[in-house]
Amino acid sequence: MWNVLQNPSTRQLGFTKAALFLVALVPLLRLIWLGINDGLGANPIEFITHSTGTWTLIGLLATLSITPLRKFTGWNWLIRLRRMLGLFAFFYASLHFMTYIWLDQFFDINTIVKDVIKRPFITVGFLAFVLLIPLAVTSTNSMMKRLGGKNWQRLHRLIYVIATLAVVHYWWLVKKDITQPLIYAVVLALLLGIRVLFKARRPRLGSALKA
Amino acid sequence: MLIKKPDVLKAADITPYEIYLQRRHFLRAGTALAASALLPGVAEATTRLSGIVSSRYSTSEEKTPYKDVTTYNNYYEFGTDKSDPAEYAQSLRTRPWTISVEGAVKHPKVWDIDALLKAFPIEERIYRLRCVEGWSMVIPWEGFPLASLIRQVEPTGNAKYVEFTTLNDPAQMPGQRSSVLNWPYTEGLRMDEAMHPLTIIAVGLYGQTLPNQNGAPARLVVPWKYGFKSAKSIVRIRFVEQQPKTAWGRAAPSEYGFYSNVNPQVDHPRWSQARERRIGEFFKRKTEMFNGYGDQVARLYQGMDLRKNF
Repeated sequence: MWNVLQNPSTRQLGFTKAALFLVALVPLLRLIWLGINDGLGANPIEFITHSTGTWTLIGLLATLSITPLRKFTGWNWLIRLRRMLGLFAFFYASLHFMTYIWLDQFFDINTIVKDVIKRPFITVGFLAFVLLIPLAVTSTNSMMKRLGGKNWQRLHRLIYVIATLAVVHYWWLVKKDITQPLIYAVVLALLLGIRVLFKARRPRLGSALKA
Repeated sequence: MLIKKPDVLKAADITPYEIYLQRRHFLRAGTALAASALLPGVAEATTRLSGIVSSRYSTSEEKTPYKDVTTYNNYYEFGTDKSDPAEYAQSLRTRPWTISVEGAVKHPKVWDIDALLKAFPIEERIYRLRCVEGWSMVIPWEGFPLASLIRQVEPTGNAKYVEFTTLNDPAQMPGQRSSVLNWPYTEGLRMDEAMHPLTIIAVGLYGQTLPNQNGAPARLVVPWKYGFKSAKSIVRIRFVEQQPKTAWGRAAPSEYGFYSNVNPQVDHPRWSQARERRIGEFFKRKTEMFNGYGDQVARLYQGMDLRKNF
């Protein structure tokens, strides 16, 4: 068992990826199922907006958890799930955005533009979505090659900003009870905090090894 | 022959006293459970109201379905999710219940809810309800004008405002165990707003007594103001000289003013109030000034800057 977790075969990794893909589709399938069965409640559009927003946040945090998990466990293959998680975050963000543009505002461009400019929580949400686009576009192997590893990595560090904006977006929209946004904020702070620690420790570790 | 001494059983050996004391609660919980199994989405069985008269203040717009009215609620005493009140409000006990009418009045009175239900003719008032969050419903309330109640107690010259207080009991209202708002929930109206014929004390909806999640056993309904102004499960109505502090006003003074009249021109600091989604409709509709009750209430605010007095 431990061996498999340390070093899965290509086949096992393929299975894992397929399973993750199906699991990541569950929130969408659930929405469709509820929609067909009149289960979205009194305000279906609000329900869909909240649900796709929640799963975008979860997708972003899941993507950000890969590196720390990898470092703690030594399971290097985890990195091979990261692109899919990131793309699912983008997928749910797109659904979330489309729900707002299409179902909520019905392409009322005037109102949408005013919202994006005037409503801070929409401004940061919109910004987070826009910043996600270049990451999705450059997620393929060929784009990675074209950009070169260093540039690609630099660009993809944008996810730290995006995830922060996404949590702020949620925080600012809540009327009073900040319990939920607080949970996401704490998880995000942990995931980013771990990185700072790693970074701070690495050089010291290096010099210790040299000595 | 072996003669066995019979075991002496005390009552306490069978049922612990604490549980014995909870027997009524247990029965009630069982009844509520059975009722909720029969009527999904209804926290506690309601009873039919009789002798209801119609009112010229009713709108003829299409009513929001009972299921939506009773399952999509903002009632933070039972949780901050819209579905929480329908889920958790069965723990509210609405009998016995009293409402103390007090303060700057000649004849203060503590009303028993059952007496209050019989005291005034019950009217049906089909009103629009506009939530500050940007959604709306059309609800057939049953109730009586608050003015009827006010006239009985004869407010003195010092009565400039009326303060409404909701029950404060975390044992019955699980949402009060977290300090989302400063409990108890309080709301207020200016005297002329309280006396306005559109302002009612609602005791039912859709011909039945109020479900708990809608503010049983008696709540305020002020149809030209955002929904949060209409305090639920009222235990005290107090006449005061100073403008009373309101629960949402204390929580976020820049977002929820004392007046909180429905006004499409004055946005919530964080979102637009120009349009609303009527529950059950796909497209948003324009929000009307004073929620469409301008003909009746605009005069109350003549000469006031409604941007400042939001």
